[in-house]
Amino acid sequence: MESDVKGSKIIRLAHGAGGILQSELIEFIVKGIAQKNVNDGIGVEELDDGATIPLKNYDKEIVITADGHTVFPLFFPGGDIGKLSICGTVNDILMMGAEPLALSSIYIIEEGFSFDILGKIVKSFNQTAKEVGIAIIAGDTKIMPKTTLNEIIIATSGIGIKDKDIKICDNNLKAGDKIIVTGSIGDHGAALMAKREGLNLSTNLESDLAHLKEIYLAIKEDIKQNHIHAMKDPTRGGIASALNEWSSKSNLSIWLEEDNIPIKDEVNSICDILGLDPFNIACEGRALIAVAHNYTDKVLQKIKATKLGKEARIIGEVKSEEPKKVFLKTIIGGTRFVDMPLGESIPRIC
Amino acid sequence: MQILGTKQLRDRKVSEKIVRIIIKLLSDINRKIKIMHVCGTHEHTISKYGIRSILPKELEIISGPGCPVCVCPAADIDKAIEIGKRENTIITTFGDMLRVPATNLSLAELRAQGADVRIVYGPNDAVKIAKENPDKEVIFFAIGFETTVPLIGYEIKINPPLNFSVICAHKLIPAALELLIGIDQLNIDGFISPGHVASIIGTTPFQLFSDAYHVPNVVAGFEPNDVLMALAMLLKQIKNKEHKTENEYTRVVKSEGNKIAQKIIADVFDSVSSPWRGIGRILDGGLAIKDSYSKYDADKKFDIKIEKSIDIQPGCSCHLVMTGKIYPYECKLFKKICTPVNPVGPCMVSAEGTCAIYYKYG
Repeated sequence: MESDVKGSKIIRLAHGAGGILQSELIEFIVKGIAQKNVNDGIGVEELDDGATIPLKNYDKEIVITADGHTVFPLFFPGGDIGKLSICGTVNDILMMGAEPLALSSIYIIEEGFSFDILGKIVKSFNQTAKEVGIAIIAGDTKIMPKTTLNEIIIATSGIGIKDKDIKICDNNLKAGDKIIVTGSIGDHGAALMAKREGLNLSTNLESDLAHLKEIYLAIKEDIKQNHIHAMKDPTRGGIASALNEWSSKSNLSIWLEEDNIPIKDEVNSICDILGLDPFNIACEGRALIAVAHNYTDKVLQKIKATKLGKEARIIGEVKSEEPKKVFLKTIIGGTRFVDMPLGESIPRIC
Repeated sequence: MQILGTKQLRDRKVSEKIVRIIIKLLSDINRKIKIMHVCGTHEHTISKYGIRSILPKELEIISGPGCPVCVCPAADIDKAIEIGKRENTIITTFGDMLRVPATNLSLAELRAQGADVRIVYGPNDAVKIAKENPDKEVIFFAIGFETTVPLIGYEIKINPPLNFSVICAHKLIPAALELLIGIDQLNIDGFISPGHVASIIGTTPFQLFSDAYHVPNVVAGFEPNDVLMALAMLLKQIKNKEHKTENEYTRVVKSEGNKIAQKIIADVFDSVSSPWRGIGRILDGGLAIKDSYSKYDADKKFDIKIEKSIDIQPGCSCHLVMTGKIYPYECKLFKKICTPVNPVGPCMVSAEGTCAIYYKYG
């Protein structure tokens, strides 16, 4: 049956959680597109952070990204949907190795939503765009009848520009590369979930929500020189999802050291209580960066010199054996796979 | 053997030390040893920390029927689904119950069809929902072993609103252990027993069991070094030809258990013969709500008859996996047709299910 995606007749929440089910949904939508790229640039099929349009007769190419933002609650410790919308879009452009130029914004709002709250969101949206130095040059608004939408959705499309010969993409890992994470993982997901579940753990855990421009600028030269092979902000599905995408698209394996992966105590506790895996939950202001091994120390020092990247660390390396898999050496010295998360993060019972 | 301090529970040096002890004990024993645990959380710890990968091959750890989600019969889920289809009902349950396939549907599919199905972290959340929705029937689908039972008993005892009721699918661990021991050709050299269950019922029920069947048993906690320590304690008993129930989880478990929780269970529930998915009916294997609290018993309140339910789909080997007879990868459907995205049997659904854990951690 045409409308049947591997046994699912209807869309479930799990189809939006950054795992295998989401890939199936995307494939379902994308497979009928007639033209999937322009000028042999990166297109929709690569499922990367963004797409590219190489400009004929120039040494530059345009980078385009698209993002829809929903979050509950709209205001959370460390941010809000306005800031999230800008950071998400900008980070996707940066992770392609491009300089953010401009974005469009669409606000889809539920009837009855208050101007007061909208004002706060718009202020945060505009303020964050100003900090990044990205222009907002186009947009649209739609209002939906009450109860047909929950509060508000913001959709953005971002445009950036980069040199044609910079190659930073998911399938570009090389054996021997080291993988750097720019800070502790899972803060965003854990902070939100603790807030949603009303866990009052007397912590000040905040979302890591941030734009990564400072880090991009610090390593811009290495990006130009192609010392950096891949970059990714591990949002939905966490680092497990991001690293599995890299390993499978690059046909290589990734070997992580659990001891070296920075996870805050609060995040570990929240995950233990809620039965979740910190590797599977979202960050909104972190980057995974795959660096050619002889440049790793230099790049790490540059990242550590930034405000956002102080806690950056090398968490693993890329190897050619056992391709398409992600391995973890656990804190007690055992080894296991880190799998692609499947769908909705579902808490365990006891 | 010494008791582990809290700082040592995830310490690699301590793990290495215990593994050295295990290797020595195994070489003294000089044969293959098969240890069974009966708890999803123990399997989770073993897989998450890669414990099997640091142990000698002569030591085999298999998982028994320890996942409350997996042993919940399809008929109970079908019942929740039938009630959830009615107008003005809210079904509440623990998260990993959501995707378990029953005869035709799962609760997640029911939710996607428009029914109000909500994940809660405990029955108190369900009672809160009932108070907030006085014009709706709020049903808590109660699963789990002795660990979760007192929570539900407590809520029933303190007079929740009358629009709150419970589908009682609770199971009891000691009866299941007894059944396992009787299975032919299982040849278990020792058991790791679940520390959280023992924190409620104490170690005595387990003691009776090791006395009667001459099988070593260690009640263990859930940190990686708890599990390694329990293995070392079992091997020491095997080497010395002993069969005691020992308590590795002394920081939580007392021999007499938690008397208050036990009283709540006895006040609200009767033990009954109960069907376990994939295993069959077990004498005293489950609980039912006492008649004196029948106003909170969804079974009595809604009068749902499930004509025919299917626990094990054709080709599925969950019943063999749950009784420790085969490993998940020995099932023909494993990873090919049956995956966590499209689970055929219950062991692939729950994060605690043996098949799901083998799928995830390899």
